[in-house]
Amino acid sequence: MDIPYTVTARPDTGLYNGKLGIWLFLASEVMLFGALFSSYLLLRVGAEVWPRGETILNIPMAFLNTVILISSSVTMVLAWASLKMNQFQKARWCLIGTFLLASGFLVVKFFEYSEKFAHGLAPKTNTFLAIYFTLTGLHGLHVVGGMVVMAFLFGPGAKMWRVAPERYTNRVEITGLYWHFVDLVWIFLFPVLYLL
Amino acid sequence: MQPIPIIGAYLSAANAPGGVMLPEFYNQLGAMHGTIMVFMGVVPLAVGGFGNFVMPLQIGAPDMAFPRINMASYWAYFVGGVVMLASFFLPGGAANSGWTSYVPLAVTATVGQTWWLLGMVLLITSSLLGSLNFIVTIFQLRAPGLTFMRLPIFVWLQLVTAYLLLLAFPPLEAAAVLQLMDRVAGTSFFLPSGLVVSGQILGNSGGGNPLLWQHLFWFLAHPEVYVLILPAMGIVAEVLANNIRKPLWGYKPVVYSAIFLGFMSFVVWAHHMFLTGMGTTMSAFFQTTTMIISIPSVVILTSLFLSLWGASIRFTTPMLFALAFLPMFGIGGLTGLPLGLAPTDIHLHDTYYVIGHFHYVVAPGTLFALFAGIYYWFPKATGRYMNELLGKIHFWGSFVCINIVFFPMFIQGLAGMNRRLYDGGIQYAHAQTAAKWNMPMGHAAFALWAFQLFFIFNFFWSIKKGRRSPSNAWDATTLEWAAAPSPPPHGNFPEPPVVYREAYEYSVPGHPRDFTPQNEPETKRDK
Ligand code: HEM
Ligand SMILES: [Cu+2]
Repeated sequence: MDIPYTVTARPDTGLYNGKLGIWLFLASEVMLFGALFSSYLLLRVGAEVWPRGETILNIPMAFLNTVILISSSVTMVLAWASLKMNQFQKARWCLIGTFLLASGFLVVKFFEYSEKFAHGLAPKTNTFLAIYFTLTGLHGLHVVGGMVVMAFLFGPGAKMWRVAPERYTNRVEITGLYWHFVDLVWIFLFPVLYLL
Repeated sequence: MQPIPIIGAYLSAANAPGGVMLPEFYNQLGAMHGTIMVFMGVVPLAVGGFGNFVMPLQIGAPDMAFPRINMASYWAYFVGGVVMLASFFLPGGAANSGWTSYVPLAVTATVGQTWWLLGMVLLITSSLLGSLNFIVTIFQLRAPGLTFMRLPIFVWLQLVTAYLLLLAFPPLEAAAVLQLMDRVAGTSFFLPSGLVVSGQILGNSGGGNPLLWQHLFWFLAHPEVYVLILPAMGIVAEVLANNIRKPLWGYKPVVYSAIFLGFMSFVVWAHHMFLTGMGTTMSAFFQTTTMIISIPSVVILTSLFLSLWGASIRFTTPMLFALAFLPMFGIGGLTGLPLGLAPTDIHLHDTYYVIGHFHYVVAPGTLFALFAGIYYWFPKATGRYMNELLGKIHFWGSFVCINIVFFPMFIQGLAGMNRRLYDGGIQYAHAQTAAKWNMPMGHAAFALWAFQLFFIFNFFWSIKKGRRSPSNAWDATTLEWAAAPSPPPHGNFPEPPVVYREAYEYSVPGHPRDFTPQNEPETKRDK
């Protein structure tokens, strides 16, 4: 007996296994970042002084990163759409593009971080920087995680396209859902940390 | 102070010179006992073990939906467990700030606490991967005909449990990350300004909030207590239904109660924090929700009790454990009510009464249910029964001893005796009247341990020599017995089962046997 509904949707739930799985995973991620955002709120409300993000952080760089991440979400969708239209090569380039954009995000982040450290601003300096580094660091780890999966999909994992194209397409779709979430978290982080 | 009898001689001189335990070591044992029992014992056994083995069989699935994620979950658990246990060998030993790891104590504690946090992150990851797998499996891999209202209760309760794990654990993961930052990167998420430790001002940036940790911790840990009890209730429901030979009373109320309980368990957490000065409005809110959440627990327990009415009960070993669960969980639950009301909790908080309360729920409660489950599903896993006589000795011995261990804790707690006292209370005036109970409790604990030998022997002996069982060892209706061989092969079922009936069709009038398996097609007699 094989495991059913790995590729096709189960009629009564309308989902294949992987898709339900990733939605549940994202639900737990919402709780993870939700807890951190709540902690941020509680700490900020309880603080005597709280620096405005713009006085410490570099808004143009963060804006650039926002643009980069949103573009990467677009290329991610294009990858999936191309697979749906049977254009494997195009999809592969889109995945590589997404990967490169994600690397770009990390490079910018690296410069932001080093600038802070160069000025002696570290997590232990104050609570604002502590939560800044924790939240963006955790988000950065999520970016890295997504990149590993993408590298697998356009690298060794691409072989699956020839034997099980639908399953491969599903994998890209699921990765896309995750990637949009990572994008969404950043869209929350940017105003909360830099602007408010 | 006297040396610990027997074991004292085997403890290292660094921890217990001359067999007398040092306070530091006592604190390590306390913290790690809680952690190990909850996160490495009950959850992995009840969810990872029973859930993983029984649930796919009961829903007619060949396996879990994601076998690889299942394996990843296991290895995350394994590594997390190794990290936890290895921490005993660090300088300063394992974590010693209680299983709740309250700050600022935990932030300034020895390096064992850092390992505790790393271990927790791994264990949480394991639960997370597992729970996601459980939910997908239950939604996607149910056999044809197995509608939600035909699911065995055990599956339902595993489903609710999986949701609790999925949604409640991430906040603790967040909290663990923050505490890790406090310890490793020198941040002050949980440290107030101007904190003084051992007469020295700690040079931290300050501005943190110690209560934040408690909120994050209990936001997980209250749902966690339902993670500890729901699978146990599920096991009891299965064993009970099989041994009363009639349908369970109140299937639907039990299911709806469990779902309601799952939702409510996210809004009661601060009843662990009445003494933190969080304000009367907050207290009032959490008292109210706590009183509300006890209703579904009572509904479930009452349904199980009423199921016994008029039944011709088979007193097998698993049934004895399941029967004992009912009053024991009842005591545990009822003693929770005074803790849920701030006026009484002010007196009882952090006393032995609390220890008695939750141990009645998890020891003669959950643990007994797990024993019931092992005796009950052993024939499925091995094709052999466990020995009944040894099983009954194990049951009666454990039942008597465990009550002698835990009941006096209520008396001690009401007398005001605090928990976590290194010397057992002998130096404290207010504990004098109640400290005398420590002796019988200690002896009973040793005896309790001795009775577990009967179980361990029985378990291993029965794997090889136990009486052979047919594939439906207990004349049961659910799929794991009715449709799968014992032990189930890879893929569980020789052919995919199809379900035609509700879960517990026992003693249906007009049927030749007193049980009608779920996969038995409808006949004219059913009309
Ligand atoms: C009717 C149901 C219940 C009510 C009203 C209730 C209420 C409470 C309250 C108010 C406390 C905090 C006491 C204090 O620290 O002062 C508490 C502690 C505790 N309860 Fe319950 N409880 C219930 C059921 C359960 C169940 C089902 C479990 C586990 C399976 C459980 C496990 C615990 C544990 C582990 C603690 C102690 C935590 C600690 O401080 O270390 N309880 N309970
Ligand atoms: Cu609670």
